[in-house]
Amino acid sequence: MNTMSDNNVPTLQARNVTKEFAVSGSSLRRGHIAAVDQVSLSLYAKPPQIISLVGESGSGKTTFSRILLGLTGPTTGEVLYRGTNILALNKQQFREYRLNVQPVFQDPYGIYNPFYRIERVLELVIHNFKLAKTKSQAIDMVDEALRAVDLRPNDVIGRYPHQLSGGERQRVMLARLYLLKPRIIIADEPVSMIDVAVRTLFLNILLDFRDKLGISCLFITHNLSTAYYLGGQIMVLCFGRVVETGSIDQVVHNPSHPYTQQLLTSVPSIDPENRWSTRSNLESVERPVTHEANKCVYVTRCPYAMPICSQQRPPDFATGEGQYAACFLHDRNVEKPEAAVEAGFK
Amino acid sequence: MSNNTKVTTPPAPQQGTVPAPLSQQHALLQIKDTRVWYTTITGEARVVDGVDVTINKNEVFGLAGESGCGKSTLVEGVLRLIKSPGHIKSGHVLFTYPKSVNGEDTTVDLFTMGLNEVRPLRWQHIAYVPQGAMNSLNPVMRIEDQIADAILEHSKTTKAKAMANVRQRLDMVGLPASVAHMYPHELSGGMKQRVTIASAITLRPELLIADEPTTALDVNVQKVILQELLDIRKQLNLTIVYVSHDMAVHAELADRMGIMYAGVMMEVGTTIQIFKDPLHPYTQGLIHSIPDIGKERKRVEGIPGLAPSPLAWPNGCRFHPRCPHVKDICKRVEPPLLEARPGRLVACHIYSELWDKAS
Repeated sequence: MNTMSDNNVPTLQARNVTKEFAVSGSSLRRGHIAAVDQVSLSLYAKPPQIISLVGESGSGKTTFSRILLGLTGPTTGEVLYRGTNILALNKQQFREYRLNVQPVFQDPYGIYNPFYRIERVLELVIHNFKLAKTKSQAIDMVDEALRAVDLRPNDVIGRYPHQLSGGERQRVMLARLYLLKPRIIIADEPVSMIDVAVRTLFLNILLDFRDKLGISCLFITHNLSTAYYLGGQIMVLCFGRVVETGSIDQVVHNPSHPYTQQLLTSVPSIDPENRWSTRSNLESVERPVTHEANKCVYVTRCPYAMPICSQQRPPDFATGEGQYAACFLHDRNVEKPEAAVEAGFK
Repeated sequence: MSNNTKVTTPPAPQQGTVPAPLSQQHALLQIKDTRVWYTTITGEARVVDGVDVTINKNEVFGLAGESGCGKSTLVEGVLRLIKSPGHIKSGHVLFTYPKSVNGEDTTVDLFTMGLNEVRPLRWQHIAYVPQGAMNSLNPVMRIEDQIADAILEHSKTTKAKAMANVRQRLDMVGLPASVAHMYPHELSGGMKQRVTIASAITLRPELLIADEPTTALDVNVQKVILQELLDIRKQLNLTIVYVSHDMAVHAELADRMGIMYAGVMMEVGTTIQIFKDPLHPYTQGLIHSIPDIGKERKRVEGIPGLAPSPLAWPNGCRFHPRCPHVKDICKRVEPPLLEARPGRLVACHIYSELWDKAS
């Protein structure tokens, strides 16, 4: 899923990252569940790109982002920063990694210390990373950063977090990134808690960061419409596994994994004259309780499940230019059920 | 209903067009000039500040607006659930329901009734699924027991009958009978939400008010629940007030919609009208900021500016600091909610004579 790059070493790379959690409970359920199951991803700083990671709740999106940020370690696999495992970075490299790979978290209410004024998050980074030489330069930098995210400094400076709306607080986080100018932003559901009218402002800033400042972004979301708005590449995550990757246009117009297809038919359209024509059946939304390594994760819900789907983990099959799906329906050597053939799987 | 389109808030501006009254006999819930304020140390927070809207029988009415616009407070006010320091400042809420004694419709004013008179109406006639209801199920009670509890509390029936009713309602929302014996922690988010809906409809109410019932759920589950809601509405002849910030959900579900902003109703119309031909600049901004999946990708600007505070709504039109069409009059005079086109109510000077005079 990589686009061309100036050099071949991705700025941030996940290689076969797996994160298992122990599950307690009755003897039937006890064991390990792979929240993230052999996920690989390469993020390049040049050319700047936006990759959307889309998945439902429980698909492992947040766990994966925490692994990329070094907040939790993978069970197996590794995360590389400019080719070096982030656990093996020396002090200076680690500092560079921390500076260049920056998060935006989901909850705009939980990330601020309520006792400090809002501009403190900006002043802290200026201080910690010694971005300004004088105090007046620091003040100018704060002003400039706030303006860069469509906030008027006078509206924000001197206020406490509770006095700003969620959208404003999220944009202050972007102002912080504007000061740091990292190579990569890991944004974990940054707009899920803010209103639509303000949401597009936030997304536009991310696009501007990419186009004007050359900042790449891994945009993690459950909302396909938002991912579509941003464009670029998409990875679809289902119960910890990547089931489909490709350019967002291809994936939206020609979804090649049954899971992606179902996800797309469930997205409410904003056209009241063109409402859902299909019904969602209940069985298809129940989650499998256990996680089995040698199966397709979607097999219990897949309308086209075949015997092989319960026997092997499907590898990635090319389904279009740069588009891959982990689904045996694209294996030429497998005989498909009639329903699948009718649905266009050959 | 005599004056459905009356001026929403003082100071009273000149009325432009003469409002044509909407059909009266189909009104189920008439919310008139309703204000719900909160007393805070910095003054009165006028969270709901003069809302006029009529909900008709058997419709799905979508109540939309950004967070903090007062939509949840409005429905809590209608249900008389406001707790101190909140209080109902003014208004009338006329609710028309069939009285079981003689089968004829009675109209009551929920705001002038005593709380002890409102209470019997809840669950029997007006059901409410509050925001985050699925997280307020009692963790140490079986599903059937907590639903039966609500039934016994709000109707005169026996425990055995209540239990039988529970099974039937669970089936109606697509849950297997086995769920009745389970505890909340054994259910997924979507199942829990369906339990709260099943619980709300057990006594066959006329009106269901659901506040963001699918907001925390995945799209697949959301679709299932929305489709079930529509089924239930058909089976029970239910009227639904659906509160959500998510315009796309309204597009799938609602027959008519009301758009709230800063404690007042900005526009009311059918869902198709709202989406295809939004009149109010705020509605226009809202509709245009929704990314449409699969369509041509173009940059949309959203609505710049800050959401105002209920402690000090802007003077004149509350949207004027963010409005692209703002004129002098908008800063001085609050536009009333008037019928701009048949069945379309909009609170914007553009559609009144004042605008022409100003220009």
